[in-house]
Amino acid sequence: MASALINVPKKAKRGDVIEIKTLMSHIMETGYRHTAAGQVIPRDIITSFTCRYNGEEIFRADFFPAIAANPFLSFFTVAKESGKFEFEWTGDNGFSETASSSITVE
Amino acid sequence: MKMRKSEGSTRRQFLGIAGTAVAIGTIPVVSLRPVAATPETMTAAIRNVIGSATVRTGKVKLDVPPLVENGNTVPMTITVSSPNTPEDHVKSIHVFNEKNPQPNIGNFYLGPRAGRGQISTRIRLADSQKITAIARLSDDSLWSATADVVVTLAACTEEVI
Repeated sequence: MASALINVPKKAKRGDVIEIKTLMSHIMETGYRHTAAGQVIPRDIITSFTCRYNGEEIFRADFFPAIAANPFLSFFTVAKESGKFEFEWTGDNGFSETASSSITVE
Repeated sequence: MKMRKSEGSTRRQFLGIAGTAVAIGTIPVVSLRPVAATPETMTAAIRNVIGSATVRTGKVKLDVPPLVENGNTVPMTITVSSPNTPEDHVKSIHVFNEKNPQPNIGNFYLGPRAGRGQISTRIRLADSQKITAIARLSDDSLWSATADVVVTLAACTEEVI
């Protein structure tokens, strides 16, 4: 089933800009492909991604079929306080996955 | 006999003309298109997201390989130069393409806590085409960058084997 890969530094100094990398395994079926028999394969993609840092939304993305399979995202944030990053992916056919990662800020 | 001969020559002539027409027709189609012109769907999609506001070129750096072998996964990095302070930061980044079945690629919403106005992801490209990234800053000004990508193997629409 779906699984996520998250890369967040475990420790950071207060005020540091840190990079967050996420990868969610997903087929990202475009809805524009068809089988050899000519049948259209229905769309099945992740449509939305959210990242919260101690409850506050710091990053959000809308995905379209033009995002490659197993969507990879990298973005940045300022390490403000120790706590938790929560990630959420939602998509077609009721797809919903969450992941989290904690950070210690000194 | 005479008739036949002239018939033959007209056919030859016709084929010759047709051949040149094909040659003329195919080669310049790409190069004749004005540089700034983008298909209507892309322009419409951009208008959908940003409204009628004016977009200026600059501040945005769009990194995509100029030549990709496989359109199924193309790395893309967008960097927006901004001080990233609560007063002056990047609100969002929107990416569009010209020739995929759908003009949108993705919308990315950053904020005052981003620290750096940069995102990376991997995209699909169905054809050699232009990609445009538009960034909205906290003062609602819009900045853009465009890149050309040549794709050898197309994505999105191929048949499943």
